[in-house]
Order: sequence, then C-alpha cells, then structure tokens
Amino acid sequence: MSQSVEKKKKASFFQKVRTNYRYQQLLFVYICLILPILFYLGIRILPTLFTFNVGFRDWNLLSSGPHPLVGLDNYIALFKDEVFIKSIVNTLIYIVVGVIGQLAFGMIVALLLHRINKFVGFFRVIYFIPYVTSIVAISWVFQWILMKNGIINDILINLGLPPQPFLNSPDQAIYVIIGAMIWQAIGFQMVLFLAGLENIPQMLYEAADIDGATPWQKFWKVTVPLLNPTIVFSAVIGTINFIQVSFTQVINMSMDGSGGPLHSTITVVVYIYQLAFRQFDLGLASAATVILFLFILGLTLFQMKVLTRKFDY
Amino acid sequence: MKLRKIITYVLLILGSGVMLFPFIWMISTSLKPPMEIFTLDIIPENLTLDNYKKVFEESLFLKWFINSIIVAIITTISVLFFDTLVGYIIAKFNFIGRGALFLLILSTLMVPTEMLIIPWYMMSSDLGWTDSYWGILFPGLMTGFGVFLMKQYMEQIPDDLLNAARIDGMNEFAIFFKVAMPQVWPAMSALGIFTFLSNWNAFLWPLIVIESPDLRTLPVGLSFFSSGEAESQWHLIMTGATISVIPLIIVFIFLQRHIIKGITLTGMK
Repeated sequence: MSQSVEKKKKASFFQKVRTNYRYQQLLFVYICLILPILFYLGIRILPTLFTFNVGFRDWNLLSSGPHPLVGLDNYIALFKDEVFIKSIVNTLIYIVVGVIGQLAFGMIVALLLHRINKFVGFFRVIYFIPYVTSIVAISWVFQWILMKNGIINDILINLGLPPQPFLNSPDQAIYVIIGAMIWQAIGFQMVLFLAGLENIPQMLYEAADIDGATPWQKFWKVTVPLLNPTIVFSAVIGTINFIQVSFTQVINMSMDGSGGPLHSTITVVVYIYQLAFRQFDLGLASAATVILFLFILGLTLFQMKVLTRKFDY
Repeated sequence: MKLRKIITYVLLILGSGVMLFPFIWMISTSLKPPMEIFTLDIIPENLTLDNYKKVFEESLFLKWFINSIIVAIITTISVLFFDTLVGYIIAKFNFIGRGALFLLILSTLMVPTEMLIIPWYMMSSDLGWTDSYWGILFPGLMTGFGVFLMKQYMEQIPDDLLNAARIDGMNEFAIFFKVAMPQVWPAMSALGIFTFLSNWNAFLWPLIVIESPDLRTLPVGLSFFSSGEAESQWHLIMTGATISVIPLIIVFIFLQRHIIKGITLTGMK
C-alpha cells in the first residue's frame, strides 16, 4: 500500500521533470554553474581573503613552523622602508605620466586620422602593430636602440648633440620606460578615440561654425565633452594595464633587471615580486599587495568621480 | 584646405616612422653578422641567416613557442566557453542566487591578478601544480570581464527566440550552442582575440610558476635568454625578439579588421 504511494510519487516527480521545462532549466543552470562557482570561489575569492590574512602574519617560506599573527607590524615595516615608498611614488608617476601620455597621443593620432579619407586603414594598422607585439621582445629592442653606443646615441652624436645615458641614468630611466609603454599603447587608444569621434554628429560642428567658433574652441567645447565616456574608459583601462605592464617592462628594460639604477624605476609589483620570490617574505609581500589593492581601488574611484562630469546639450 | 591635408599626411608618416623604426632596427640587427651590428646600415652589408640558425639550434625557442601556443589556445577556448555560458545563464534565467553570483563575479574585477600571485603560488606548490601547463593556465580559465561582456550581449537576445526553440523540443544545451551562441558571435571573437593576446604576453605568473627551461613560455624564455645565455650578444637577442614578434604581426595583419572592430565593440559597452 505505502509502496505504491511512493512509486506514484516517484513517477510524478520524474514526469514533472520531463514535462515541466522549468525543472529542466534549473537542472541546466545548476549543472553549468558548478565549475564556475568552484573557480570563482577557489581561485579568486578565497585567495584574495587569504592575502589579507597572510598580510597580518609573520610568514617566511624559509622558516618552518607556525606563522604567528603580528598585527600591523608588516604594514609598519613597509612604511619605514624607503624602497617601498619609492616604489609607490614611482607607480604613481608611471600611471599619471603614462596614462596622460597615452590618452594625448592616442587622441592626436585619432584626430589626424579623422581628417583624412585615404589610407586610413593603412595608418591604423601601422599605429596598432606595437600593441600586438610581445612586451618582453620590445623591451629588449628598446634597450638595444638606447644603449650607450646604440643607434639613437649615434644619431645624436652625428647631429652634434651630446649622447644621453637613457636607461643608465637614475633621472631618465623611468621616463624612457614610460615612453616605451606609451609607444606600445598609442594604437589601442587611437582605435577607441576613432570610434568615439565617429559617434559625434557632424551637425554640432556645423552649428559651431555658424556661431563662429575657432578650431581650438570646437575642440574643447564640442569634441572633448562628447568624447568624455571614451576618455573615462580609456583612463581606467590604461591605469589597470599600467599596473600589469609596469612589471614586465621594468624587469626587462631596467639595467639590473629589478628596477634600477638606484631603485629609480622600481614599481610596487616589482617590489612585491622581490619580497615574495627573492626574499621569500610572504607576510611582508602580502601586506604590500593589500596596499596596492587599496591604492588601485582609490585611484579608480577617483577617476570615475573626477572624469564623469555631466554635460548638457 | 589642401595644405592642411598635406600637413596631416606628413605628420602621420613621421609618426609611422616612430612606430615602425624599432621593428626595422630589430630585424636589421638580426640579419647582421656579429662584426657588423654596431654599424648604422639598415640593410646589412653581409646579410646572413646564421643568427636564426644558431638561435633555433642552441636554444629552446621552438619549444617555448609551442608552449605559448598551447597555453594561449587552451585558455582562450576555456574562457570563451565558460564566460559565454555564465553570461548567458545570468542574462536569461531566473534562479535562486543569481544576483549573488553576479556580484561575486563582478567583485573579482576589482582585484588585480597581481594581488593573487602569492596565494596562487602557495596553492600550486601544495597541490603540486608548479612546473606544469596546468600550473600556468589555471588562473586564467575564466574571467570576470568576459562574463560581464557576454551578459551584456546575451541580454539583447529576445526571449521569444529561446522559447520558440524550447517549444520545438530542443534541450537547454542545444539552445545554448545552436540558438544563443550564434547571436553573440562578434562579441565572442573580440573576447577570444583579447584573451589570446593577453595570455600570449603573460609574463609575471609564468615566470613564477615554471622552473624547468623546457616549460617556459615565449616571453619568459626570451627574457631568460636575453639576460642569460645570450647576454650582450645583441645579434642573438634581436633574433629572438624577431622570432617572438613577427608571427603575431602577421596574424594581426590578417585579422586586423576583426581586432579593431572588437576593441570598438568592447570599448563602447
């Protein structure tokens, strides 16, 4: 008696599954989400929390045993370290000079390309090529071009100018590296700005012409405000890219391969890398990572706030 | 008016020179015998392919090249499949935990991957993942950005289209592959190209997780080669650089329309 009831229940459950596609959909959804949820929790969220945890501990890979909580000691030690302060200041220089340079040059090339109607595709390809090439390879090419007896110094001497130390100079090296980063990113920004420019209605320029606006006024009063969403997007993407790229470029372009000369090109990521994988001090390195995270978060919020002003038309 | 056009072209040509010169000088140096590399000739006096022969015979460039291709292709396929699937599910299904899931994935966008190298490294050494292909590629198998992008595009697919397929008796997997996916093809190709490029160029993580020279990817291999085996032998370093740069430039020239459209597409979202 009770058996038959159970059978009936079972049958009706299976029937429901087969007939009602709401059940089928939920089955599909949850099956498909198993791996992504495991991935995001296990490889993204938990490691992030773990970093915060390690940052409060005395944790060196070379010493075995427990890793005692040390409170804010790591953070205090970091802020007492001149090299760390230097790396933060440098990272800020990389981002500010680099992102502004990228936006400026990208916009100039886009404005030039917007004025012509022949060979646009051709120029676009040429300016974009550096973006798709390997950063490591390009860094070594720049080292070669800019070395003491490299081609640029040869040209300078032939022009009667003094040769420059470039990457050997604690004053010039960081700007040389930033220059290489800008050079590589111009094409990417150009494409974004070209798309932005194409979305500006020609009508607005005609109206400005009627009002007797100069080209300079047209640029600041029409082009720039209407490109604002593009500028915000480019600035945010550029900043995130710079954090990443600044490691690869610095390791491969700086004279000693670790942010020299005299720490003049070191960035926070390079500093973290050396702490964690040269000195094996994971506690200190994790604390530095947390500071980097807060730094980027603050910068992104600041950019969004400052750059997204509303314009009315 | 005419003069303005001419000035524009002149500026663009000068700029093109700045963009192309490093590549020209790189290729030129790679074709010179060691004695000649400090000369200013762009076309070498005694053009030679010896450097290429030497680099391929005496170093592991071919291996590094293959490693990079394997890692980049597997990662790209995984990202395309999972990001599109998760984007589709979040955009088109109602289920418990949908909002929380989307928030969880979005929050990972705020954390730069540089922040995770330390826990990833500890995890990899505990689980024995270091020094393997899996070790290089596991962090990149899915991306928050891709899910976000694909969700935006999946939302534009009309529900009627999906329901029509359901009434026709298609199962959910078939609907995803045969009805939803073809609708978002342009966004997928953009995502695919970016994922491939960024994995091809990845440097920090592969540098940490790989120990044996055999398993290095091209950027890591080239970096070790240039500062180690080939130190100061610029003709060899430039040959290595050329080998790692030229294939991607060729692929780019073939795919440039898609790539440029892809940037515009993702940039405007």
